[in-house]
Amino acid sequence: MLSRVADSVYWMSRYIERAENVARFVDVNLQLMLDAPEGQDQQWDPLVAITGDHADFAKRYGAATESSVIKFLTFDGDNPNSISSCVRAARENARSVREIISSEMWLQLNRFYLMVNSAAQRRGGLEQHEGFYDEVRQASHLFNGVTDATMTQSEAWHFNRLARMIERADKTSRILDVKYFLLLRSAQEVGTPFDDIQWVAVLRSASAFEMYRKRHGRISPRGVVEFLMLDREFPRAAQFCLVAARDSLHAISGTPLGTFRHAPEKLLGQLCSDLAFAGVDEVMEHGLHEYLDELQTKLNQVGQGIVETFFAFKTPQSGRRPALSPTQ
Amino acid sequence: MNFASYEVGEFYDEMVTDPKGARPCARHLMESIQSLPPGEFARRQAAAERALMQMGITFNVYGEQAGVEKIFPFDIVPRIVPAAEWRVLEKGLKQRIHALNLFIHDIYHDQKILKAGVVPREIILTAKSYRRQLIGWEPPGGIWCHITGTDLVRHSDGQIYVLEDNLRCPSGVSYVLQNRQVMKSLFPEVFAASKVRPVQNYPLKLRDMLEFLAPDHTPTPHVVLLTPGSYNSAYFEHSFLAQQMGVELVEGRDLVVDDRQVLMRTTKGFERVDVIYRRIDDDFLDPKCFRADSMLGVPGLMEAYQAGNVALANAPGTGVADDKVVYAYVPRIVNYYLGEDIIVPNVPTYICAEEKDLRYTLDNLEKLVVKAANESGGYGMLVGPHSTKAQRAEFAEKLKADPRNYIAQPTLALSRVPTICTDRLEGRHVDLRPYILYGKEIFVLPGGLTRVALKKGSLVVNSSQGGGSKDTWVLADSPMAEPKTVNRQAVPVLEGGFADA
Repeated sequence: MLSRVADSVYWMSRYIERAENVARFVDVNLQLMLDAPEGQDQQWDPLVAITGDHADFAKRYGAATESSVIKFLTFDGDNPNSISSCVRAARENARSVREIISSEMWLQLNRFYLMVNSAAQRRGGLEQHEGFYDEVRQASHLFNGVTDATMTQSEAWHFNRLARMIERADKTSRILDVKYFLLLRSAQEVGTPFDDIQWVAVLRSASAFEMYRKRHGRISPRGVVEFLMLDREFPRAAQFCLVAARDSLHAISGTPLGTFRHAPEKLLGQLCSDLAFAGVDEVMEHGLHEYLDELQTKLNQVGQGIVETFFAFKTPQSGRRPALSPTQ
Repeated sequence: MNFASYEVGEFYDEMVTDPKGARPCARHLMESIQSLPPGEFARRQAAAERALMQMGITFNVYGEQAGVEKIFPFDIVPRIVPAAEWRVLEKGLKQRIHALNLFIHDIYHDQKILKAGVVPREIILTAKSYRRQLIGWEPPGGIWCHITGTDLVRHSDGQIYVLEDNLRCPSGVSYVLQNRQVMKSLFPEVFAASKVRPVQNYPLKLRDMLEFLAPDHTPTPHVVLLTPGSYNSAYFEHSFLAQQMGVELVEGRDLVVDDRQVLMRTTKGFERVDVIYRRIDDDFLDPKCFRADSMLGVPGLMEAYQAGNVALANAPGTGVADDKVVYAYVPRIVNYYLGEDIIVPNVPTYICAEEKDLRYTLDNLEKLVVKAANESGGYGMLVGPHSTKAQRAEFAEKLKADPRNYIAQPTLALSRVPTICTDRLEGRHVDLRPYILYGKEIFVLPGGLTRVALKKGSLVVNSSQGGGSKDTWVLADSPMAEPKTVNRQAVPVLEGGFADA
């Protein structure tokens, strides 16, 4: 397929997944704050910290309050990672590849965009946003469902899944990081009922609470980390996502699993092995935040490698062109 | 919704005859509209607009920060063309395209028609769309104008005229297909009863035609559609057609010419391209051959084309035949090459390059529409009845200075179709653009884009000036045998006979 098209499919998919996950961030914090013990300060700056856009936020908003953080992450057109901006970017990318994705996918993404747009124009208080984050999640799920049900699972579909899975692994690790930042602020609460409530909220924001219960039963920090990072079967766990991403990457280039032909295959293969052979104790000993930070750095490298390998602009070397046109 | 207050006026109405009867072709439709419960018609109009919005059939409104998008306005009352009338139009359009293609070929070869003095030589040689680079070129199959959109209008005399030929990159066919899809879901019952001819196979016909152009040595031709990019106003149409044909949509930067072969950049390296349906004007196609500042085209494309390694549709240079002055000669062109009279006539046109016509035009400016040959979109145009004395005087000077550049036509009273105006139906002026494909044979799509001037009294159907569109129903033969009951509940059964007896 065209490099430019692969590029657009990739970013369309990442932006949709990103919008969904930002909705999850905001939602988990809203719920946490509702359950916070009386007298405790509202904590909204961790949310900005984990998105990595702290500098931009501080410059334009100053203090992190509920309303400023929600505005920044939800409808701020100047924040490229707000839900509004992500959905807009996803749609712009989809617009340039409408002949590649199915009509149903376009229709769903367009509805998604119109829904977010009209919510942005209502601009009320928090009560106006009730249900909004849930709608964003649903819209994203619907898009993924429509994609799997209507798109040929060939190269473009694999680029779509590759992007979604890399983005999701990155964001699940960041959701876990929210808890780390909260811990920093309230060390005295470790082991209290509120601590448990926080872990439950983290699980819920990854739609993982019920599945976690079935697997681990009791809530424990070790269990939650193991489930969200290392589970092979839960579809939002980092390990699960990266295995799926690796499979798609190999499907795209046709390289057998266990070998590699280019940088992103090598990096992603190593990352999958690391996670496959990691125990949760090592992660905790290493320091959860540090572990997550390293994972995010490696994921960025994989992303960079994908861009360089598949999307970058190249020029032909005379005499090495294909003899026949390919079949479509 | 009913026709009680509907006024036909002094215009030809495509649906209603005075006093308030339906033309035979529109009988089912009118019955259906009248039988709908109050509010239902407006509800369907709103449903159509919602569907188009969700399909993303929108254009960007520039200059507004929120990036507001609007749909190309759509009115759900269709324009109907009866079978017998369409037969004539179809024949006429085939005749016109056949002759125009022979004309273009002749212009770039022996120029017999110029030597015979049928068309003045200087008119061709001074046309901006005349491409010297193509002299002597033999396009695949000898075909130049593969895709044409011909604008037709009906005057109050009931006659349909050709207003304009669009032989370069005619747009709008995607609206024909999408409008139809929306209408089928809104009025399934009327469709079944009216025997409307389908248009949905256009993308297949288009792809067949494009594959037919491929260089001979290719067993499985690789067809692509070349677009200026996603910020072009017709981008929706480009991607829609590529999707419906199942071909790749490419931008100039996706293509590269190497050793006179056109290649495209893919995730697995370079792949060869055999046929390009280009939606970029000649000027921007190849900076090495035409405008050097073009960022949209592909350097070296014309060399690959003239080496026979890639086909282009439409062929570069085709635009010479849709020059507004050349238009005036089309009846003579048809007669010259085919020895036939023109079937669908031109709007009577005064060619200012000819002494007699120039005098008439200067004497009657207040009655005429005067158009410049090489301008479009209403520029360089004088609409006599709406002009001031000063404007006419100024225009007269331009005419005298450069008569070759102008033609004049009488102001037409375009036919009308009932159109929803808030809560009632009013007549609005329309035109019609059918689409013609020229490959192995000439194919006329039974349908077309009906554009409607939504402003009261307006004759301007362009979308940039308050125009919208309607579905166009070309009927199959003999659909009017027996008027079927369209909506059982709504057609009252006569039961009163006994009581009176």
